Amino acid sequence: MHNKFYIQSYCHIKNNQLRLNGDVIFEDRLNENLKDFLKSAYKSQTIKYSKFFKMDSLSKTSFLAAEIILKNTTLENENSTIAIVFSNNAASLDTDRKFQESINDVDNFYPSPAVFVYTLPNIGIGEISIRHQLKSENAFFVFENYNAGFHQNYENILLQNNNSDAVLAGWVNVDGENYDAFVYMISKKGILEHTKENLIKLYKE
Amino acid sequence: MENLKKELKEKIIENLNLEDIEVADIGDDDVLFGDGLGLDSIDALELIVMLDKDYGIKLTDPKEGKSIFQSINTMAKYISENKN
Repeated sequence: MHNKFYIQSYCHIKNNQLRLNGDVIFEDRLNENLKDFLKSAYKSQTIKYSKFFKMDSLSKTSFLAAEIILKNTTLENENSTIAIVFSNNAASLDTDRKFQESINDVDNFYPSPAVFVYTLPNIGIGEISIRHQLKSENAFFVFENYNAGFHQNYENILLQNNNSDAVLAGWVNVDGENYDAFVYMISKKGILEHTKENLIKLYKE
Repeated sequence: MENLKKELKEKIIENLNLEDIEVADIGDDDVLFGDGLGLDSIDALELIVMLDKDYGIKLTDPKEGKSIFQSINTMAKYISENKN
């Protein structure tokens, strides 16, 4: 049984920047709101996926982080099973509020189906899975803060039990204009050992 | 009728978040779902809400949507005949 796993690559989305393995790959100081930042970040990565624009901000942030990681990660073979384990603090509250606003007025009651479908935090995992045809284990947890110990343990179990060859994991939190994503790929080979301490260190970068 | 068609195209682009698509890109007879404009089932529900909200038309039988939402022409014809 494999006991040691490694962080193969990691991505941060925060402070108007996209960072891959610590290096800034995109920065936008012009757009101060999250929606415009995510749009310019998407365009900077030359991704062609029109469904991106229909997503809520949490799914867009999750999707972007996954795109950056998966584009820059080589797994052992093309058929590697990639599990997804995400967590955050605000769940889907940002979109829940928008949906609630659309149904507050009984005389002007038009609930939007396109907003409603994003009133669960794990929808972002679904968007990534559809995009990359992943039919793997996935889970979304809600914590007060990024819980590196829980993530490390859960991700190791998935890998040790051979449920997955790799795990795309991390923290993706969006609430209003506040956003913070730290997403990484764990597998049998990588740049840094998959330990709680290393996860905390990278998260704080 | 031409104004209604233009208005529908603008509403579809805005309500369905069709980034990078402009009014001029949507032909009056273009298929809206599947291989055409690529709209999906959630978009169909949004169009039903739009008919109700903006034109006062309640679609009681969702099966009707298939023929109504075929193209801008079919939508405009249905709205002008049923608008309250």
